[in-house]
Amino acid sequence: MNSLWNTFKKGLIIENPLLMLMIGLCSSVAVTTAVANGIGMGLAMTFVLVCAELVISIFRKLIPNDARIPIFIIVIAAFTTIVDLVMQAYFPELSKAMGVFIPLIVVNCIIMGRVEAFASKEKPLTAVVDALGMGLGYTWVLIGISTFREILGNGTFLDKQLFPDSFEPILFFTLPPGGFMVFALFIALNLWLKKITGRTAGNAIVSEKL
Amino acid sequence: MNLIKIFLSAFLIDNIVLMKFLALCPFVGMSTDVNKSIGMGLAVTFVTVLATSVTYPLYYLVLVPFNLKFLQILVFILVIASLVQLVEFFLKKNVPGLYASMGIYLTLITTNCAILGVTFNNISYKFNFIEAIVYATGTALGFMLALVLMAGIRERLRSSPVPKFLQGTPIIFAATSLLAVAFMGFANLIK
Repeated sequence: MNSLWNTFKKGLIIENPLLMLMIGLCSSVAVTTAVANGIGMGLAMTFVLVCAELVISIFRKLIPNDARIPIFIIVIAAFTTIVDLVMQAYFPELSKAMGVFIPLIVVNCIIMGRVEAFASKEKPLTAVVDALGMGLGYTWVLIGISTFREILGNGTFLDKQLFPDSFEPILFFTLPPGGFMVFALFIALNLWLKKITGRTAGNAIVSEKL
Repeated sequence: MNLIKIFLSAFLIDNIVLMKFLALCPFVGMSTDVNKSIGMGLAVTFVTVLATSVTYPLYYLVLVPFNLKFLQILVFILVIASLVQLVEFFLKKNVPGLYASMGIYLTLITTNCAILGVTFNNISYKFNFIEAIVYATGTALGFMLALVLMAGIRERLRSSPVPKFLQGTPIIFAATSLLAVAFMGFANLIK
């Protein structure tokens, strides 16, 4: 139980895929102009991650080592297609706002990295817990960045007006440059967190895996 | 005229890295020096154009007539992955000099989201074949431009005083942000 909890929580900060491992960056800057997009993207990503890790972990002993990368890609692509079609059918607006980034989940290095480094070696339950932790770690960063950008850049939170009309939103933050700037500050924040908690092991382990 | 418009908009106005946020991982990873980024840029350009000229006919000649559009993601990623492998084998055997200078970048390209993104955009923007090729070229060259500019900035950054809390990766993103501001100036280039 304790080790499951550890597996889960390392995705949140210590081995956070976005802030620590610096993988899967594209979608995190692109879709975070509004909180709703951030949540949607985070959930879509978590779904694909959980399903892919579960399936691959179940079949890990059957997958031949030489052909593993194409097999991983096919599994991930199948679940990405499911997410893409479901979002187009039930959340057409959200799907339009995120555009090409939903299909691009398939080449998101977070999924490939976790599948290769974790799911292909561990039991299904552990793999799912790892996927949930990583997915949640990804989602909270997305929500954090998009909250910042939506409030400052648009004056709203989840489309609700927060300030009186006299508030002039800082357009910079919803535009592409603002995304990069907020992301820079988030990494800086996390590096600082890492420093005060004194954890440095996470990075070394993972860069070796990838 | 239309082709020039597509090219310029893909190259500068909607720059794939700075405005569309694709291919950020190689952008951060490979922009450490100018030569490296030129090599990466050329490899990406080559593969993007090749991938477009394969996936585009495949989509319209196979997937659409057989009503298999839902397989688009699966087919495109497999085509690109195998294409990169083929190019790698071909170069290794026939042009070892080029392979030695480009080889390391090629393996990284499979998961470069810019290439997959371009092949998806070709379909969703409803380009014809020529337009698709021009769009792919423009986008890939735009990637190279961003990479080379960033490499230059990073060379300067090494000898500049950086605030302590921004040292390392944060300053790269902060610099990217300013570069993106500059690129926003191109927004009204085409009416």
